[in-house]
Amino acid sequence: MSFPILSVIVFTPIVTALVILLLPAERKRAIRWTALAGAVLALLLSVVTYFSYDIHAGGYQFVEKVPWVPEWGISYHVGVNGLNLPLVLLTGLVMFTGVLISWGMEERPREFFAFLFILATGVFGAFVSLDMFQLFFFYEMAVFPMYLLISLWGWPKMREYAAMKLTLYLFVGSMLALVGALAMYFASGLHTFDMLVLEHAGFTVAFQRLWFPVVFLGFAVLGGLFPFHNWSPDGYAAAPTAASMFHAGVLKNLGAFAALRVGIMLLPEGARFHMSWVILLALINVIYASLIAMVQTDLKYVIGFSSVSHMGLVMLGLASLSPLGYLGAGLQMFSHGVMTALFFAVVGMVYDRAHTREIPKLGGFAKKMPLAAIAFILGGLASMGMPGLSGFVAEFPLLLGVWQRYPLVAIVACVGVVVTAAYILLLIRRVFFGTMPAELERQVGDITVLDKVALGLLAFILLALGLYPTWMAPLVQSGVAGVMRLLGA
Amino acid sequence: MPALLALIPEIAILVLAVLVMALDLLLRSRGGRRLGQVTAAGLAIIFVVSLIASLRPGPAQIFGSMLRSDALAHGFRLIVLFASMITALISMDVPGVGDRGEYYGLMLVSTLGMDLMAASSDLVMLYLAIETTSIPLYLLSGYFRGERRSVEAGLKYFLFGAAASAAMLFGFSWLYGFSGETSLVGIAQAAASGSLPLTLWVGSAVLVLVGFGFKVSAVPFHFWAPDVYEGAPTPITAFISTASKAAGFAVLARVMLSVFTPVITPYWGALIAAMAVASMTLGNILALAQQNLKRLLAYSSIAHAGYALVGLAALSSMGLAGTIFYLVAYVITNLAAFTIVIVVSRTVGSDDVARFAGLSRRSPGLALALLVSLLSLAGIPPFAGFVGKVFVFAAAVQSGLVWLAIVGVLNSIVGLYYYLIVLKVVYLNPSEDEGKPMPIPVPARWALGLTIAGILGVGLVSGPWFGWAMGAARVLF
Repeated sequence: MSFPILSVIVFTPIVTALVILLLPAERKRAIRWTALAGAVLALLLSVVTYFSYDIHAGGYQFVEKVPWVPEWGISYHVGVNGLNLPLVLLTGLVMFTGVLISWGMEERPREFFAFLFILATGVFGAFVSLDMFQLFFFYEMAVFPMYLLISLWGWPKMREYAAMKLTLYLFVGSMLALVGALAMYFASGLHTFDMLVLEHAGFTVAFQRLWFPVVFLGFAVLGGLFPFHNWSPDGYAAAPTAASMFHAGVLKNLGAFAALRVGIMLLPEGARFHMSWVILLALINVIYASLIAMVQTDLKYVIGFSSVSHMGLVMLGLASLSPLGYLGAGLQMFSHGVMTALFFAVVGMVYDRAHTREIPKLGGFAKKMPLAAIAFILGGLASMGMPGLSGFVAEFPLLLGVWQRYPLVAIVACVGVVVTAAYILLLIRRVFFGTMPAELERQVGDITVLDKVALGLLAFILLALGLYPTWMAPLVQSGVAGVMRLLGA
Repeated sequence: MPALLALIPEIAILVLAVLVMALDLLLRSRGGRRLGQVTAAGLAIIFVVSLIASLRPGPAQIFGSMLRSDALAHGFRLIVLFASMITALISMDVPGVGDRGEYYGLMLVSTLGMDLMAASSDLVMLYLAIETTSIPLYLLSGYFRGERRSVEAGLKYFLFGAAASAAMLFGFSWLYGFSGETSLVGIAQAAASGSLPLTLWVGSAVLVLVGFGFKVSAVPFHFWAPDVYEGAPTPITAFISTASKAAGFAVLARVMLSVFTPVITPYWGALIAAMAVASMTLGNILALAQQNLKRLLAYSSIAHAGYALVGLAALSSMGLAGTIFYLVAYVITNLAAFTIVIVVSRTVGSDDVARFAGLSRRSPGLALALLVSLLSLAGIPPFAGFVGKVFVFAAAVQSGLVWLAIVGVLNSIVGLYYYLIVLKVVYLNPSEDEGKPMPIPVPARWALGLTIAGILGVGLVSGPWFGWAMGAARVLF
């Protein structure tokens, strides 16, 4: 038996969390170093897995399968292919940078890191699941700790409301998807939750058309699909920085990924039938969220709505059901994750120093924290799809794929990209340039070395993917080929 | 002889009860924790003995088919013994009950009754077992004679219990009258022969259901639960809400599935489904408004009876196994929750949710344990409650009751809401006494360790547990 590298990645965070919980609360240094060690280990292993995946062989690799509840045909079954592997890498990255930028957290760091790491195990586990029950198991595990992270360390003004809203929205979605999953289990008559088997269960057309909306929309709630995106900007505005990074950067992708993995891949006929209206919802996401981002004055709300708008593009790609659209969606998930994590990290740094997120009260930050400004600008350029950055690599094939099926939708979506450029540029000008208000002059200093490492890493990834997409695009392409076979396209 | 061998655990419980009361006389209220320790240790030994006994099946019918010694009886015996042991552990440090021999004696007699309830296969034995369970519980609920609420709890429990018993006994008399038999097998045969009109069977099923519905506190037989839970000494509340409820489900499953299902399947399934919906919905909605944690757990336990009924309503072996699994998860989790209530209210002197403020700073470990148990009750992985919920809902979907699964799912969202409110108070709200420590007595530490390990063990390693529940369920299918 080979080294179970995926299981080690999945369980490293939760083991770290348990170790952290066993440390005395006063030993904050030890807690931070333990957290960092766990995060580094998870990141290194995900990098190793990423680069040792054999694209030519394709399919699921590093597979492990152990029976869990044999009576129900449930097993612990993990594996990675071109679709989920970039997301595993993304999770490792966000976890690592999240720990770095939370280094200075003074309020109960023990519980903070423990909950963050339990969340990370849920996310890793859900991404690599090949068993439907297991996917739900980890999915729910990922959704819940956010409640505590927001309500305990969040922005006091609205944390209780936002935390409860977010949790209930996501729980409703996932529980409805669960009923759909159970329906699939029994309709297949195969007595297994193994998704690789269920892919070929041959569900009847009527069954697929009936259950697809339940499963797809149930997960799409976490993906932030209009009109179920409402929890997201409030949640991010209230969440502490690392939690925002994790939630916007990783968890939202988990929603889109699960909608793809369980909804589209197991019920392809349902997807073909329903996507014509889902694509309209996704289009509303792109346009409406970017227009709202335009008029926000709270820095975090701008980023929150920008994230909703970018996830709209992912949904648009998925709804196009075309190979190019899926390639774009796969890359966009990764790119959006890195970019949003970077945005929230910088916003957190600005807020920590200025104690306000009101854009009109800010200005001139580029002089005080030049590296943060550069990173933010790179992220901004990526988010508006500037060539040379990851956003272009993702959005170009995505919109091309949409164009092939629905030219009109692609044209309208391009308007959303233009609006994105407008609000991002405005934001950069108002926050980072211009003159800094006098009362901020005294209290704003540069960011720490660890912050710089985190931002530098995230910005580097955006550039690396933009300039040399070959390290990811063929991989995603190989994963997309598998989905296309299921879709019969 | 083999019949007596099969009864060793029951005999041992009785011996233990006598022993504890004799010890009480010898020690003359200088016992301190000793009586509780003897009780808990004795129950632990009996638990192990029963575990071994359940691995080596003996004769199925004993004492002229008065009792059955099958996997279902063995399974519920273990559940009841575990609950009773934890109850003994958490009773030791409760003033006014912890050093009383008759308290432990009554608890053990009640345990014996529950044990026999799960094994009874004859109406006479069944009734005796139910009363052996209930009468000590009436006394224990009103154990604090000086406290108005405790006395009220005892009296209320007794009056409701007596009325429910009367209805059930009336139902039993119908069954005997129709079939001329008291054994469940004989009645089932008479029912299957189809010589009697259907309406009579439905009527007797409804009457019997009153008694069983009372034991499991399902709507509409739940009215006693909140007041009794609130007024009774907290360890007894824990005991009633776990062991007694589980035993109630054991008889409900055995009598209903072996006697009535073959005759009146459509009505009976609909009846149980309706009870499940009413219990889940009403329990959860009323729990939303509760300010007292014991009352909140009382209403939530009504809702949990509803979830467990979902599995029964499926009328399949998967469904029954789901219900048994759910009950295991629920019993372990609820015991953990009540242990924490006892430990906290020892220090703060109240069970109000508001008094739990600042717990996460006063005792992070205790707060974490409460987090684990409430999340398990809400059905969040990796805890036992999640897996249990999935199994019962899955069984409902399997039997074509998709609507019932959806009602259950929506209800668990309401449930999550009020559990989160409690957690919010624990983790977020400030308190004036934050600096003061919150001591956890040693027996309570044991109880917490065992139950939390159980919540995680059942949740993570679900396979063997479900296989075991499936074995118990096959007895009736």
